[in-house]
Amino acid sequence: MGKLKGMEVSIAIAEAVKLARCDVISAYPITPQTHVVEHLSELVANGELDAEFILVESEHSALSACVGASAAGARTFTSTSAQGLALMHEILFIASGLRLPIVMALANRSLSAPLSIWNDHSDTMAERDCGWIQFFVENGQEACDFTIQAFKIAENPQVSLPVIINFDGFILSHMIEPIELPSQEDVDRFLPPFEPVRKLDVSKPRTIGPVGIPEIYTEAHMAQENAIRQSLEVILTCWNEWERLCGRKYEPVATYGTEDADIVFVAQGALCESIRTTVKKLRGEGEKVGIASIKLWRPFPDLHFLKVIEKARLIIVVDRAISFGGPGGPLASEIKGLLFDKGKNIKVVEFIAGLGGRNVSIGDIEGMYRKAKGILKGEKAKKEGFEIIGLRV
Amino acid sequence: MGSENKFPCWEDLPVGADIPVPGSSIATKTGLWRSERPEWDHKKCIKCGVCVIFCPEGCIEFKEDGYPHADLDYCKGCGICARECFTGCIKLVKEKE
Repeated sequence: MGKLKGMEVSIAIAEAVKLARCDVISAYPITPQTHVVEHLSELVANGELDAEFILVESEHSALSACVGASAAGARTFTSTSAQGLALMHEILFIASGLRLPIVMALANRSLSAPLSIWNDHSDTMAERDCGWIQFFVENGQEACDFTIQAFKIAENPQVSLPVIINFDGFILSHMIEPIELPSQEDVDRFLPPFEPVRKLDVSKPRTIGPVGIPEIYTEAHMAQENAIRQSLEVILTCWNEWERLCGRKYEPVATYGTEDADIVFVAQGALCESIRTTVKKLRGEGEKVGIASIKLWRPFPDLHFLKVIEKARLIIVVDRAISFGGPGGPLASEIKGLLFDKGKNIKVVEFIAGLGGRNVSIGDIEGMYRKAKGILKGEKAKKEGFEIIGLRV
Repeated sequence: MGSENKFPCWEDLPVGADIPVPGSSIATKTGLWRSERPEWDHKKCIKCGVCVIFCPEGCIEFKEDGYPHADLDYCKGCGICARECFTGCIKLVKEKE
């Protein structure tokens, strides 16, 4: 194991981008992502990172610049949050449709209105179907590791897709944690220079981004769907290699206590660490409870998830975004859909917590467990659908 | 449909639905979109070339006779040449069914 160093998670992500020898960075500063790109601009200005830092006037332009750079064969990175991601919306689909392996660190923040700079998952959930591979990390070490891995996964010729790494704004972005940065030699061995499957090259002209006439568009989308599904194998191989390199093991669904649990929490991001702490405490009191942290969101790891909840009698899904007027929070509705598809008759209890930076305490999580346990014993739920934690009534 | 057979199946489609060879627009005969075609009145034409410059398809050229002509394989009949012509010598004529 290398040396642990206390550093802000945003700085660690920027250092990971440097270790990955990124060629082009284009981004527009927005809270709480700012420190990532601020540090990268310093690294480039100081000559510590040999990259182009393209200054732009908006996030729409930032991602557009990344699309151009990536199409020209450059290893490309961007980072944003909330309104910035919303402004990138149009280009998100272009980046994935053109199969450009851009990496984005997304400091999750709630969408306006009302205006909020604080953390939840409403920004990323609104872009769920943008065709990017999407990860959620729980802590700074994962944020740093996943950033390096993301380039390898994205640039794999079988994949050739962009990647979003979701890390919770403030809760992670501004947190100082002990983080082990891998050595440059290790990263160089793990991540060879980018060899694009194709690129814009004046000596070999081609069209990237032509019209997709009705005879082409369907097939292009099927190819994209196939590529993102196939990426699961590439991700697993990448994580095996990472484990051999750094000793840290990653799985699409990280678990604790699920082997014998009657009740399993399902959540994403930094909240999973709080849930894990709560689960440890409850298990100490003899409760049969576990947690499944969905690290890989797209492609959704169906089989991994089903295996994890095989023995569960009840699932508690904690969403950090609302799908207004929809069939539950975005995570819960997917879980319910999957269980229905597979004919699994497992009770799902849904909570929405931590919207717009509202704190979710260990006590709140214990409260969710008590309610779920009551329902398992036959108590009637207070109301149908989801319950919002901490809501003043 | 038989006409779709010339398109590749999804597994054979170039990544990103790229067109991997240059010059593909030459094969796309946009003239099929046209409902009206431009015709030059040689009595009024001063051979200034403004139609050549303004044609968004770049399909108008001076030919051996000294007058501009539209390549009807690509002319969409947009009428910009007629709109810009100084002497009003270009008329849009309806294409027959």
